[in-house]
Amino acid sequence: MNVAFYEKIWMWAAGVLILAFLVTITVGVAGSALQPPSHVETIDPTKIWNDARFTQRGVTVDAHGATVIAVAMMFAYAPAELRVPAGRPVTFRLTSADVTHGFQIVGTNGNTMIVPGYVSQFTTVFREPGEYLIVCNEYCGLGHHLMSAKLIVEVGGEARP
Amino acid sequence: MNRTDRLALSHLWVAIVAFGVAAAMAFMQALSRASLDLPWRSAKMYYLSVTAHGVLMALVFTTFFIMAFGYVVVTRALDRPPATPGLAWAGFWIALAGTLAAVWAILTGRATVLYTFYPPLKAHPAFYIGLTLVVVGSWCWAAVMLLSYRAWRKEHPDAPAPLVMHGMLATVIVWLIATVGVAAEMLLQLIPWSLGWSKTIDPVLARMLFWYFGHPLVYFWLLPAYVIWYTVLPRVAGGKLFSDPLARLVFVLFIVLSTPVGFHHQFMDPGVSAGWKLLHTFLTMGILFPSFVTAFTVTASMEVAGRMQGARGWLDWLGKLPWRDPLFSSVALSMILFAFGGIGGAINASFGMNAVVHNTAWIQGHFHLTVGSAAALTFMGASYWLLPRLTGRELELALLARVQPYLWFLGMLLFSFSNHITGLMGMPRRIYDASYDGATAAQAWRGLTEVSAAGGLLLFASAGFFILVMVGTALAGKRREPEPVLWTEPLEPVSPRRTLLDRYGLWAVVAVILVLIAYAYPLWAHLRMARFGSPGFSPF
Repeated sequence: MNVAFYEKIWMWAAGVLILAFLVTITVGVAGSALQPPSHVETIDPTKIWNDARFTQRGVTVDAHGATVIAVAMMFAYAPAELRVPAGRPVTFRLTSADVTHGFQIVGTNGNTMIVPGYVSQFTTVFREPGEYLIVCNEYCGLGHHLMSAKLIVEVGGEARP
Repeated sequence: MNRTDRLALSHLWVAIVAFGVAAAMAFMQALSRASLDLPWRSAKMYYLSVTAHGVLMALVFTTFFIMAFGYVVVTRALDRPPATPGLAWAGFWIALAGTLAAVWAILTGRATVLYTFYPPLKAHPAFYIGLTLVVVGSWCWAAVMLLSYRAWRKEHPDAPAPLVMHGMLATVIVWLIATVGVAAEMLLQLIPWSLGWSKTIDPVLARMLFWYFGHPLVYFWLLPAYVIWYTVLPRVAGGKLFSDPLARLVFVLFIVLSTPVGFHHQFMDPGVSAGWKLLHTFLTMGILFPSFVTAFTVTASMEVAGRMQGARGWLDWLGKLPWRDPLFSSVALSMILFAFGGIGGAINASFGMNAVVHNTAWIQGHFHLTVGSAAALTFMGASYWLLPRLTGRELELALLARVQPYLWFLGMLLFSFSNHITGLMGMPRRIYDASYDGATAAQAWRGLTEVSAAGGLLLFASAGFFILVMVGTALAGKRREPEPVLWTEPLEPVSPRRTLLDRYGLWAVVAVILVLIAYAYPLWAHLRMARFGSPGFSPF
């Protein structure tokens, strides 16, 4: 195939750019454990209120950080207000009581889908204390835009459940 | 008008009507975004209009336009009527009946599940069956395209297909591989469940099958646009195609890489393991390459056109281009918008950054640059070029046609950029009201949401101009001998014999192997995991 000189340069440049993207991702994965978010765990969506994993909803704080257990439903989160410590890892464990919802902590990269029949789990650290808005970002019915919750990031370790 | 042009025109008119209705739906959403208190404004109307807009624009307008264009390519590039015209018409009526069934379900409020229709949101069965029929109709079209090519090849055993047909064959192959996913989702999951034959459904399996289809769907929209960029634009600009073989390579790369990338839409999903998401990330980055090549070849072809009109300097060739021709300006402006769309796509495919923008307004900002500009604006421009050539009528209201692409460009800049920014600020997509009880974070989005509404109104005006020109041309355009449909000549003569790049069967097999590598194991592992189905919900 006869390729013009300038186009050759362009194609090499495009190839190098894409390679740079791939190397960046690989370095992140291998060096900093920066993997795609993922958690594979199933749950019977018709029985979540009696499932031992979701009966104790709220925040538990221990020496390492905090764990948040919450349920998404049309059109609210239970509980609707969460208090977590700043600067320490917070693990969210979420599931849905009905349709697919989203869970997005505005102003952070805390973001996950909540799909019925599955448990979503991710861990993040909030460095900035303050009040954050949590919104549902997956259409879940006519009250979708009303579905929100509050996350309060507190200084120190005195977070209450 | 001959019979085969009636076939193309029938498809084109369904596309145009669908586009008009969908644009009216977008108008209602723009008013919602501006928070104007209108009597008929309600959450029910808003989510219904989002569903209708998405289905009619992304699934009906695009598919019918692409089918129309495919038939034009067969008659004008292969110089023969489409093989098995009966099958072609059957496909048209099946797809139209399916469209009407789905639209009935949507407009009567029985299917407010948006165009992604994620279960366990449950719509009326007519919605799922209707959309399935649209796909079945498109399969008839795909078969006619392949049979027409086979018949042509019998008479030209060694010659490569004209480039325009090469691109459409790539489109057909991508579509046939992609639609396997949505057909499986519809036939095995959604239809039996909506009819009550099965009680529960696995939403993650449905999302895997949907996005197996959903990403190559993007290329089903984009490839015919690329075909127009490569084979119509340079000719209209008075130039030649910079490189025919590289254009062929681009389409082959899309055949191979379009499908095994769907998990990048599911980065934030539970139930899909990290390793497979990573593999799909790598393959997604690979698919940037053919678009980079396209950017060069098409721009170089425009420079060739400018120099053939006498340009000498570094940039004065830009001024020699026919910016008043609606096909040219539509395509050129859509390419500029698509450059931003491509950069945004690379950001979405990087899972670290995707976590910030996933399901925010950024996403609608992004895909209105891709399907809403690269595809839709190109298709509108192509309609200005095509309709007079098919009907033998001059373009009516030519001034509106000349202004319309620029209005779209301006509206899209306002709409898309403001949505990208509010998305970065955390505003979710597809929300009727963005106030969140006066939360501080939500107040920061105000102002920009109004810019997006203003952009939406300009886009609606532009869409209205397009419809006026189309209807005006059909009803009142001056009759005259239609100009021939002519495709761009390459700068250097095409190889008289078929090469490796013209072996469609081979590339389809390579594509299927790659799809199996990317999907077979994760699907198998998913199916043998202990899972619990979900009942259906219709909160609309």
